[in-house]
Amino acid sequence: MDYFLTEEQQMIKELAARIADEKVAPVARELDEKEEFPYEIMKILAESDLFGVYIPEEYGGLGGGITEQCLVIEELSRACSGVAVSYAASGLGCTPILLFGTEEQKQKYVPDIAAGKKLAAFALTEANAGSDASGIQTMAVKDGDYYILNGTKQWITNGGEADVYVVLAVTNRSKGNRGFSAFIVEKDTPGLSFGKKEKKLGIRASATREVIFTDCRIPKENILAKEGMGFIVAMKNFDRTRPGIGAQAVGIAQGALDYAASYAHQRYQFGQPISSFQAIQHMLADMATQTEAARALVYATARMIDAGAKDFSKESSMAKVFASDVAMKVTTDAVQILGGYGYMRDYPVEKMMRDAKITQIYEGTNQIQRNIIALELIKQYAGKK
Amino acid sequence: MNIIVCIKQVPATNDVKINKDTNTLVRDEAQSVINPFDTYAVEEGVRLKEATGGKVTVISMGIPKVADILKECIAVGADEGILLSDRAFAGADTLATSAALAAGINKIGQYDIIICGKQAIDGDTGQVGPGLAERLGIPHITCIRKIEEIKEGYIRAQRMTDFGYEVIECSLPAVITVVKEINEPRLPSIKGMMKAKKAVIPVWTADDIGADKDKIGLRGSPTKVIKTFTPEININTEIIDGTPEEQAHKLVEKLLQLQIKVPV
Ligand SMILES: Cc1cc2nc3c(=O)[nH]c(=O)nc-3n(C[C@H](O)[C@H](O)[C@H](O)COP(=O)(O)OP(=O)(O)OC[C@H]3O[C@@H](n4cnc5c(N)ncnc54)[C@H](O)[C@@H]3O)c2cc1C
Ligand SMILES: Cc1cc2nc3c(=O)[nH]c(=O)nc-3n(C[C@H](O)[C@H](O)[C@H](O)COP(=O)(O)OP(=O)(O)OC[C@H]3O[C@@H](n4cnc5c(N)ncnc54)[C@H](O)[C@@H]3O)c2cc1C
Repeated sequence: MDYFLTEEQQMIKELAARIADEKVAPVARELDEKEEFPYEIMKILAESDLFGVYIPEEYGGLGGGITEQCLVIEELSRACSGVAVSYAASGLGCTPILLFGTEEQKQKYVPDIAAGKKLAAFALTEANAGSDASGIQTMAVKDGDYYILNGTKQWITNGGEADVYVVLAVTNRSKGNRGFSAFIVEKDTPGLSFGKKEKKLGIRASATREVIFTDCRIPKENILAKEGMGFIVAMKNFDRTRPGIGAQAVGIAQGALDYAASYAHQRYQFGQPISSFQAIQHMLADMATQTEAARALVYATARMIDAGAKDFSKESSMAKVFASDVAMKVTTDAVQILGGYGYMRDYPVEKMMRDAKITQIYEGTNQIQRNIIALELIKQYAGKK
Repeated sequence: MNIIVCIKQVPATNDVKINKDTNTLVRDEAQSVINPFDTYAVEEGVRLKEATGGKVTVISMGIPKVADILKECIAVGADEGILLSDRAFAGADTLATSAALAAGINKIGQYDIIICGKQAIDGDTGQVGPGLAERLGIPHITCIRKIEEIKEGYIRAQRMTDFGYEVIECSLPAVITVVKEINEPRLPSIKGMMKAKKAVIPVWTADDIGADKDKIGLRGSPTKVIKTFTPEININTEIIDGTPEEQAHKLVEKLLQLQIKVPV
């Protein structure tokens, strides 16, 4: 389908595709097996300017938006979703600084993230606070010109690899959701440490670690927005980054479709290519249709946000929930089309199926996304909007 | 440092078409790419610029379409591209090619180093680099796999040989040709691609560079390719046995029999 990308968007997509095909695809299997962080590929992405596609030019970026970011994530994800999320999570860490940072904070942190010299990460989740972000225990206590952070974040993508962390902590327990604040924490701050790398089902090239604060003193000017704004920082951030998870899912689905379709053409049973069986044809037709529909929804949402829409929680959730469910279905079907070969690690589709699962879980599970969509619907139809 | 990189366009496929009348390549039909060895030359030029400052100018003699390939070089970090293109350049052998390139480079003027690929994958002679140095009256080093040191007026580099490498010192300006071991060419950057898109590649004709019409193109080419073919090799292998002394004895006898002169 033609999405009438601008010339610059086309350029970004083509370069990301080239990196995916030439640099990522050949090592995707090995990165997965060895659970190895893709340093080399991060460097290539940095040198190609792709870390800055969504960042304004005054902070060293290329001045694009979420659409450009989604194009890169999608293309990388086609080859390896573990690589794609390592790239995307830096955006998840940078976006709150762009949205809520002071001019000084932006000047200090964003150019290096745009250049890919530094990776960023976003740390919200804790052992007892997943879907329910209000359950976080990490405390930030004001002490003169500093805040002192104590607590443990878990499953933080790019944890240990990133240089810049945006962290949610409680500044005033009695105020509930208005008692949270967001802070920028640099990697080398004393009192900041990391847990071991988690062993995962999929996206195994990405690094997921605990981020641990032990009397970690942070200059008070490192607070984002104001005290009490933390919950809003997190929610506004996710509203803008969920289409990226949708794009990740679209990329995985496309990769699986590409592989399954060409395989079906080459695999002979009963004296004919399996693609001549209607059962296979219909599966492929549905996979292609669903993948395209997911892409269309992701792009439409990204463009709506880039055009300056004010309220897009619902659309952003729809893009994430739909695309991730499609990725799970399409990758499962791809394994089915490959039969026993699909189940083997010698073929790439089992990895895609493992990788697809996470897109239904992180940045808010699909149940939570449906809650958000339903809440917006209720507001709308109850006449509140 | 002012760096000039010479690049040649070559057919992308092995499906090379030869013009039957002139026995030269039909360049308009084949999908063209930059000669693979020249990507290492461009990368090395860009790395030198990044290390020492200055400017990378990429030059090529070829058909108008080569402008696109020069733009690709800008996308990976070159500052500008210059195309020598004129009917009068057509049908050049290595002598005429280096004459035209030398005239073009003289028009560019100031330079510290000129970088070529080790050889072109179609013509394959590896003569253009050294020929160019000769015409410019400067030294050259071929087959460089590593630049150990480079500064104003001086280069020390490792030259690859069949048995290892030689370390060669040389004054600058000079021409060097590079092998693929020297680096790993980068992919383009978005900023580079945008710069390339906007770039205008100047096209210089034979008159523009003041080339002597008798020294360029088909007219300036003493080499005439009569026929291109893969030579058939018929080798009768004979294994000589015995003790080493006996073998040596038999071998010399055989060679004398074949009337091949052996220095005694
Ligand atoms: C690989 C990986 C990387 C991650 N990266 C990051 C990161 O970079 N930063 C970060 O902060 N976090 C990160 N996370 C955490 C992730 O966002 C959470 O895992 C996710 O939000 C779900 O929380 P939970 O795992 O605690 O599940 P729970 O909240 O315990 O949910 C368990 C189940 O209950 C369902 N459920 C819960 N509440 C409701 C409800 N109200 N209605 C209906 N169903 C409900 C959920 O949908 C789910 O099916 C990452 C997680 C993983 C696995
Ligand atoms: C099949 C075939 C056989 C040929 N045989 C001969 C022959 O025996 N003798 C002969 O004189 N010619 C021969 N030619 C012609 C030769 O290809 C051209 O003269 C060509 O312009 C230069 O020679 P080359 O391709 O061998 O380049 P090489 O000398 O192998 O190239 C080395 C480097 O010189 C630079 N360079 C080469 N050409 C250009 C250019 N046009 N613009 C900018 N930089 C350049 C590049 O950096 C390149 O990596 C032959 C051509 C073909 C197709």
